[in-house]
Amino acid sequence: MSTADYTVSEEVAQQASEARERLDEHTLKMVHWHFSEETGSPFWLEKKAELNFDPLTDVKSFDDLKKFPHFEDEWLRGGPVRRWVPKGHANKPTYVFETGGTTGIPKSRVVVEDHWTDYELFSDTLPEEHFPKGANWLMLGPSGPRRLRLAVEHLAQHRGGICFCIDLDPRWVVKLIKKGWMDHLEEYKKHCIDQAVTVLTAGHDVKCMFATPKLLESLGEALEDRGTSLQEVGITGIFSGGTEFTPQWTKFCVEELLGGPVEEGGVYMTPTYGNTLMGLACSKPITAADNYKISYYAPQPRAVTEVVQFDDYDQKVGYGETGRVKLYTLTDEFFVPGFMERDEGEREAPFETYPWDGVSGVRPFHELASATTVGVY
Amino acid sequence: MITLSPLRWGKPYESLDFTDVVHFDTGEPIARVGNVGGGIVGRDMRKAHKAREALLQFSPEDLVERCKQAAVLFESADLTVGDSTQSVDQFVHQQSASTGLPEHMCRSNMAKNSFVLSNIDQILDCLTRGLDLSIFSRGYGEEGRGVIVSYQSQTPVLGAVLPNNSPGVHTLWLPAIPLQVGLALKPGSQEPWTPYRMVSAFIEAGVPAEAFGLYPGGHDAGGAIMTKTPRSMIFGSAQTVAQHEGNPRVQAHGPGFSKVLIGDDVVDDWENYLDLLVESVLSNSGRSCINCSGIWASRHTREIAAAIAEKIGPVDVLPPSDPNAQLAAFTVPAMATGTHAMVQQDLAEHGVEDMTADFGEKLVEREHCAYLRPMVVHADSPDRQVASKEYMFPFVSVVECPQDQMLKRIGSTLVGTVLTQDPDLIRHAGSSVDIDRVNIGPIPTNRLNWLQPHEGNLIDFLYRSRAYQVADMPVAAHA
Repeated sequence: MSTADYTVSEEVAQQASEARERLDEHTLKMVHWHFSEETGSPFWLEKKAELNFDPLTDVKSFDDLKKFPHFEDEWLRGGPVRRWVPKGHANKPTYVFETGGTTGIPKSRVVVEDHWTDYELFSDTLPEEHFPKGANWLMLGPSGPRRLRLAVEHLAQHRGGICFCIDLDPRWVVKLIKKGWMDHLEEYKKHCIDQAVTVLTAGHDVKCMFATPKLLESLGEALEDRGTSLQEVGITGIFSGGTEFTPQWTKFCVEELLGGPVEEGGVYMTPTYGNTLMGLACSKPITAADNYKISYYAPQPRAVTEVVQFDDYDQKVGYGETGRVKLYTLTDEFFVPGFMERDEGEREAPFETYPWDGVSGVRPFHELASATTVGVY
Repeated sequence: MITLSPLRWGKPYESLDFTDVVHFDTGEPIARVGNVGGGIVGRDMRKAHKAREALLQFSPEDLVERCKQAAVLFESADLTVGDSTQSVDQFVHQQSASTGLPEHMCRSNMAKNSFVLSNIDQILDCLTRGLDLSIFSRGYGEEGRGVIVSYQSQTPVLGAVLPNNSPGVHTLWLPAIPLQVGLALKPGSQEPWTPYRMVSAFIEAGVPAEAFGLYPGGHDAGGAIMTKTPRSMIFGSAQTVAQHEGNPRVQAHGPGFSKVLIGDDVVDDWENYLDLLVESVLSNSGRSCINCSGIWASRHTREIAAAIAEKIGPVDVLPPSDPNAQLAAFTVPAMATGTHAMVQQDLAEHGVEDMTADFGEKLVEREHCAYLRPMVVHADSPDRQVASKEYMFPFVSVVECPQDQMLKRIGSTLVGTVLTQDPDLIRHAGSSVDIDRVNIGPIPTNRLNWLQPHEGNLIDFLYRSRAYQVADMPVAAHA
């Protein structure tokens, strides 16, 4: 598909323009928060001294964030973790969430309420008929110092439900893969799925769940082994993410795990894209007619995704063209003025629901793909 | 361009995930292959019993006849492969284009696969030690000595994670069909051609399509085949083999470290065996596990190495369509450069000498591929690291080692050709557990007798011999 095929209506163009204005305003507000002596974090106030511009006077729009050097997630390794807490939030209870850490020091991100806010916004996108308010949830994903675990629990509570969780240590999973202990890996997966099946068959009225693609697949299989299915145990809505998500997997999932397309009575499933740095991007509704294409849209203005040229990370590619995914996080708790994600994809046009750029076909960045272990749980 | 879709128990599946198979030299796509993930494999394996049930509708003798028809079709007919009709010449071109193997080697591998299928009755007769195949079909039967024997099938299907670059290995899974065991195959990403064409030939010959699953994909699909089938085979590196060692569910095939051992009684006449040595090293571009990677003798080793070097050192890169082409390309150039670097390390050790040094640069790099030209290395002792190396190109180390030390030092050896008439050496070679296939006398390591089991007997892998006692039920008194 060429860039010319990505035309948007006048109405969407107008919405996009307004969204852009909101993003510019929000950017200014966040830059002032993070670089003011009274509210900024020790990390960014210290970093300010290294910059060859003054963020407080020289950043006037979102595009001006390109003046910052790219955010390096290596900065998140090691302490003191307090240096990331904005002074404006200094006295609030603070969480620390980790990513990586199979070997060596994990990357840490501090959070006060961002994970709640992100998932409350996400909650607004979930259709009530498939994610009924008051229904209980199952979190079939990583436990431990993970943002996802608490965020999903909050989502359930926000919607009036109670969240059941399992024990799953993704670092051990990565170690099993690296050691080539595939039998142990299989047994560990069974151990996780057994926990989920126990919850789902114990009369807890669980209707909604989060699951990574691989675990959802295994759960469907395990339920079938027991002569039942996701539908029969009462699941009506699933949001999935955490690892790579492909149209082919979605097709398989809809056609063979979830009882068919949702309009024919199948379980509703929506893909999501996110990480500890950014939060959660929602997917445009997926359909068989669109070959299960998955397009993600960040929760702008709190986070932004761009698809940029491989040889110039400050230049966006044309619509439909392929580039590397660049993330921005602009909340009053965390400031990321451009982080080069380890993914690539195609730039998607704005539409009514999300009048800003999205990204589709997300997959490991080809230059790093061979070194990346994806889809570990 | 040909499109190869996954086959789910005989039914093509429309995947949304495609990868291109590209020409090794130009990088041009020559096929697109639809992929599946482990979830689909897992779901299909739940129905694997149906594959066996479909085969059990036919007698083993009937399936043997169909295998023979399939052999003819595979080697000579236009067959429907993926969404296209494929002639033999197209098959050869395509396989050569994606694997980098010269076309005449592709034809020879094709003939090998066809030969095994054509002679499947004799091969099964030898593998089963002459048992009536109906015993495997029923699970038990009378062997002829007045005793019931029972062979219980351990799996409804044989899974296989197939290699990228070795079209000759497919002979190993072919006998599953007449044994009424279905097939769940993950084709190699660069060599989908043989499994697709072979399955097409089987179906054309009347073997039920429900017996076949073809699951192209990544590690996920391969992993699912390995974990979801009770018996599977995998082809890979020494690391892959080590990973599955001792697992009765998996037959792992890796490097062969095949060798020729020359006894003291004949080593002075080594020149008589030069052609045998050259063939063992050079055939199939040195890619097979049955290619010779070590020649061991107590004396004349330098002369032997020099003579082989004289023969294979000048071998150079030729176009794949050239009938004289002896070298296959490394379709992943980094594999060639990495291998070359490892050989340089081997050569740095004291006592190791490159006998092909005078025959020019060994690493030939192209835009999309690379080649390694033949190398012969002399090692003055089995202590040298190179004595236990095997690489994916014509490479051999000629190792000086006293005869009484040879069998203690050779290590794992898939094919061991022992050139000797010394009864002691023959006896010890026969009892060496390091040697899998033993050849006594002048038999090149690459020449296999298909009537002998290869790397474990497939019958023992797929079936279990067990007790099965039968007694007449007493007639009820009131009857």
